[in-house]
Amino acid sequence: MDAAQSSTGAPAVHRWENDPILTVEHLSMRFGGLVAVGDLSFNVGRGDITALIGPNGAGKTTVFNCVTGFYKPTEGRIAMRHGEGRLEKEVEELTASSARFKETTGGSVFLLERMPDHEISARAKVARTFQNIRLFSGMTVLENLLVAQHNALMLASSYTLGGIFGLPGYKKARAAAIEKAIYWLEQINLVDRADEPAGDLPYGAQRRLEIVRAMCTDPRLLCFDEPAAGLNPRESAELNELLKFIRDKHDTSILLIEHDMGVVMEISDHIVVLDYGVKISDGDPAFVRTDPKVIAAYLGVEDEEEIDVAEVQQDVAARVEGDIGAMPDAPTAPDNSGGASKP
Amino acid sequence: MAAGNQDMPASETNPEGAQALGEDRARAFQQEPPERSANFYDSLRDAGLTALLAGVLGFFFIGLRTEIAPGGLDITTRWRAWIISILIVFGARLFLNIFLFRAKRSTRRKARAEGGGFAAIMPTVGKILTWLLLAFAIVLPFFFTTFMPTRERQFIDMAILIMTYIMLGWGLNIVVGLAGLLDLGYVAFYAVGAYSFALLAHYFHFGFWMALPLAGILAATWGVILGFPVLRLRGDYLAIVTLAFGEIVRVVLLNWYSFTNGPDGISGIPKPTVFGYELGRGQDTINGILGIPYEPIQRFIFLYYIIFILALITNFITIRLRRLPIGRAWEALREDEIACRSLGINTRNTKLTAFAIGAMFGGFAGSFFATRQGFVSPESFTFLESAIILSIVVLGGLGSQLGVVIAAVVMIGGTEMLRNLDFLKSIFGDNFDPVQYRMLIFGLAMVIIMVWKPRGLIATRTPSAIYKEKKRISADLVAQGEGH
Repeated sequence: MDAAQSSTGAPAVHRWENDPILTVEHLSMRFGGLVAVGDLSFNVGRGDITALIGPNGAGKTTVFNCVTGFYKPTEGRIAMRHGEGRLEKEVEELTASSARFKETTGGSVFLLERMPDHEISARAKVARTFQNIRLFSGMTVLENLLVAQHNALMLASSYTLGGIFGLPGYKKARAAAIEKAIYWLEQINLVDRADEPAGDLPYGAQRRLEIVRAMCTDPRLLCFDEPAAGLNPRESAELNELLKFIRDKHDTSILLIEHDMGVVMEISDHIVVLDYGVKISDGDPAFVRTDPKVIAAYLGVEDEEEIDVAEVQQDVAARVEGDIGAMPDAPTAPDNSGGASKP
Repeated sequence: MAAGNQDMPASETNPEGAQALGEDRARAFQQEPPERSANFYDSLRDAGLTALLAGVLGFFFIGLRTEIAPGGLDITTRWRAWIISILIVFGARLFLNIFLFRAKRSTRRKARAEGGGFAAIMPTVGKILTWLLLAFAIVLPFFFTTFMPTRERQFIDMAILIMTYIMLGWGLNIVVGLAGLLDLGYVAFYAVGAYSFALLAHYFHFGFWMALPLAGILAATWGVILGFPVLRLRGDYLAIVTLAFGEIVRVVLLNWYSFTNGPDGISGIPKPTVFGYELGRGQDTINGILGIPYEPIQRFIFLYYIIFILALITNFITIRLRRLPIGRAWEALREDEIACRSLGINTRNTKLTAFAIGAMFGGFAGSFFATRQGFVSPESFTFLESAIILSIVVLGGLGSQLGVVIAAVVMIGGTEMLRNLDFLKSIFGDNFDPVQYRMLIFGLAMVIIMVWKPRGLIATRTPSAIYKEKKRISADLVAQGEGH
């Protein structure tokens, strides 16, 4: 439906409409009377880096928690696909049935809103990182990466029984798991610190470690919650490289929340903008950065020249006139610009 | 290396020594200071000197004893007490040198010790201590029958008791130390194990070896039954529900008179057999078959080796599990449950396996308890037991196997030894009864240990997987899990 609309509207059809790995449809999340996310629909394209941006409190992390199963959405459908294309028929069939997922060789589909969080990571292959880093700080860097390969190792140790008796199959799997962990540590230059506790690492290294720990679960879709928060410009640039490397070399699509517009505009293929739990813009970076609604919501982007001041003023005036209750907007607006310009 | 580092032989005037000194200094700036072995040798030497001093002083005070005899004084000698006191002084001094007096070092040395020195010496000391303790545990019954034939029964019985608590401590360590789930009702599984065997013997005439695996399985089942309702609980709430669970089991055993015989308990529980033959006098006993004359002490020695082997199995499996994905998942669960879920770990199953495996070892220990006593009643499974087992785990250091052993020896052995403090009567007068102050001294000791070492006696964590170099992790970084 969405694809049809856009294809008639614009000649170039975006990848996220033709070949989405994740579709979020009519997602609503209410906490009591508070609507954190209201009727949100967007797609994440296979092989894309998709950014979810918006002012503080716009509901980005709530969307993340719904996608990764930490919250059960009030309404809506979140479908993850492992095959090519939109797989409309499979998704509809699955929705009609009471199953949580259907795994076939052609294309597996998963309804994430029905699945518990650990299953989303283990089966649907959606991994995530956290806004406040959640490493196992008392375990070594290597152990952190081995915990991420838990399910594969469990299977190899025949659910502990084979491991207790030291069967060769498990030893082989264990060596492979360590090799994989070392491969990822090489990517983030932490091999030398493999045997140190994760809690001893500097902040930037902890961020990178959390990202590769998520990668060790072999995800198809990786969700980052503010990966660049608290990083200095050099570390930010390294992060960009790491994300591109993951997308290009490891067949992993990326969905990220980010406040750092430098990171967002540089690496994203697709940007979705939220404000007050509602989508206000959706498109490629060039489209979003010139979208007056986005400018109005943010009142501040990286490039001052790019703001069409007249249009912004019009837009703000329209909003203020539109509802007198927009007073709360006034104090939040400068707040947001402050938030957006923070490193 | 050790000699070169000591101050005496290496002086600036002696060129060879000076060179050694210079090398040592150079080495001190590198990662592994030579000090770590020197520290240990210094400690040994210091302990040796102290023991020598104690020997000289004790020769008169302990070794010789004068008694009023008809026609003057009579000198008797007590060489055994003298040697024992020297050994105690040596051991205590060495222990203090290694664990306590390091605090009095300069800040620089202390900082280095925190970074590498002490943390690096720990594995060596720990390993030596582990093997020493293991070797002693193997020969223990014969040690007592040879050296203390008058009190062998008492000491071997005490060793059995300590070993039971070590096993319980190791079992609980899986739940509390590794998975970080504070369980105040562990004695319930001990009770389930004991009553499983008692009831199976009472109603179906099961023997010990048949009932042992069944008791473990039943206890594990109860572990899962306890695990389900507490899956979502955290912290204090988890502790309270497990506490209640422990009490429920005891109260049911107390009140279900028709089945469990209530407060009267179940008696006549059979002793363990050797390949189906009992220990004892007569033709159809193992003694009769092998032609070994029966002595009552053999029964104690046999029981000791049963619990020793059960405890070793517990330890072996726990160490093995720690290095398997399930054990790593337990520790990850203790560190951060939400991160575990984001990595695809089924936290429900992981918690339940921790509860079940911990409970299984409690069940084994319980059925051993039943066969050792020959009698079970709900009185043996009060909350105090849970508290003692938990204290052993906490004092030993959460997650540390060696720490549990030391804590169990100190706590259980120490309390029993306090019963024998007759010499205090000579200080405080004949009316002084040390048994009455037993719990006071015991409590005080616990407070002191916790003030001195808030994270338990052995507070470092050994990584479960190593890439290049084994480094210990200080307790400051390790999370304590839920309910601490």
